[in-house]
Amino acid sequence: MSKLSRREFIKLAGAASSIGLVGIGSAHGKGAAHVVVLGGGFGGATAAKYIKKFDPSIQVTLIDTHKEYVTCPASNWVVGGLRPMQSIVFGYDTLASKYGIKVVYDTATQIDAEAKKVKLKGGDSIAYDRLIVSPGIDFRWDTIEGYDASVAEKIPHAWKAGPQTVTLKKQLEAMADGGTVIIAAPPNPFRCPPGPYERASLIAHYLQKNKPKSKVLILDSKPTFSKQPLFMAGWEKLYGYGTDKALIEWMPGPDGAVSAVDPKAMTVVAGEIEETFKGDVINIVPAQKAGQIALAAGLANDSGWCPVDHMTWESFLHTNIHVIGDSSIAAKGMPKSGYMANSEAKVCAAAVVDLLNGRQPGMPSWVNTCYSLVGPKYGISVADVYGVHDGKAGAVKGAGGVSPKGSNPMLEAIYAESWFNNITDDLFG
Amino acid sequence: MTKKLSTVAAMGCATVIALVGCSAFAGGPSGRTLAVTCNGCHGTDGHSKGAAPSLAGRPASQLDKAMKDFKSGKRPSTIMDRIAKGYTDQDIAAISKYYSSIK
Repeated sequence: MSKLSRREFIKLAGAASSIGLVGIGSAHGKGAAHVVVLGGGFGGATAAKYIKKFDPSIQVTLIDTHKEYVTCPASNWVVGGLRPMQSIVFGYDTLASKYGIKVVYDTATQIDAEAKKVKLKGGDSIAYDRLIVSPGIDFRWDTIEGYDASVAEKIPHAWKAGPQTVTLKKQLEAMADGGTVIIAAPPNPFRCPPGPYERASLIAHYLQKNKPKSKVLILDSKPTFSKQPLFMAGWEKLYGYGTDKALIEWMPGPDGAVSAVDPKAMTVVAGEIEETFKGDVINIVPAQKAGQIALAAGLANDSGWCPVDHMTWESFLHTNIHVIGDSSIAAKGMPKSGYMANSEAKVCAAAVVDLLNGRQPGMPSWVNTCYSLVGPKYGISVADVYGVHDGKAGAVKGAGGVSPKGSNPMLEAIYAESWFNNITDDLFG
Repeated sequence: MTKKLSTVAAMGCATVIALVGCSAFAGGPSGRTLAVTCNGCHGTDGHSKGAAPSLAGRPASQLDKAMKDFKSGKRPSTIMDRIAKGYTDQDIAAISKYYSSIK
């Protein structure tokens, strides 16, 4: 085994042991192997569906707290008034009826990695042969003084789409003309790196149409952000960015880093000199960590995110448990995006199917494609292709990147909508 | 990989593409593995529900040429040039073969 690293050897040994396991029967005692998926979002719904597509004989149970899933992608389009809320709400009926996935509406409270069982809030305990954990993100409430889950009812984060999205939209509608909308953008790493800036753009679009004396102030924890030159070019073109009539202002970190909020006074404090800013609407996107169940199950390391083997997305901390999507520590250059989670889920699904069938998982490949709207007819994008080089997953050099100079923002806006239709169908259809 | 397979691979990928697809021999990703990553924009199994074109059931030669033209810049695009550059000609052949086989 001179050419095998220790890790590879352990992996092969692990694959061998799972062959034995499948040979003697599944979590159900005998018959088909059983995969349980926690979380029915971009990672989880995709993983459940593609396991069934790759091997219909495997039993798949998908567990999510909610009967309806509201997508974070396009939720800024709803906030900006570009499309109705109902257009970003999806259900699991097709996954159940067309693919034979068992969908359970409950909340996982505990994972017993030794006994290979998931405990649910409703009291049930479900056994698995392999578990896929895709719970998205949770917030580090302790990072901004005065901000917590109850304050978020009044000062929304709107970073998990749903009622929070509606709250933010209603507050914008109730705001008087001449008001200031503050968006506090989080430190890295966080879900949807271009998200705060797309949100600023589409709120500016709404204000321009309805409340033109108002403005958006982005208070940022970071000195730079995703697709920055593209956003700024769009802001200059559409929203007077950089002029005294600008609808968007951006204060970079560290001066813009929000450290405290006063929900009564509707103010936030930012930067080392603790400057106070008053907002008429305040949207705080806090720092983030892996979803609650991933932390409770001991799948995260000190960073608050879950280390995994990118060949299979199996946890480095617990065997037979895979972590995908925003909760995982993805390979270098892989963002916490919906498309990335969808792509990770397919690699994970293929690996899980291979392992349960006693095969060595094949060589993986991933893509990320992410559109942002700066205005209803102004789209920008970033794309990357990822492969394995010298045993390590990463972006293929010489490929990918952001929309080049001279790109066509109107066409990219059309493709952004097409992207949304197709990826949501790839999850739920 | 057995010695026999290594020898076949060493004989040249082009000769075995027609039979099984080269990437499998070279240890690269399979056509399916490569292609399913495209479904996010082009629809599950390449059946698009939007402006992005459907890929399912198209002649492999057509898909192969389109991807190679995106890659070289011969065919203008908004995003496909950036994506096509991420694939070898063998990858492109495997993706094209996969989608052409879907009804």
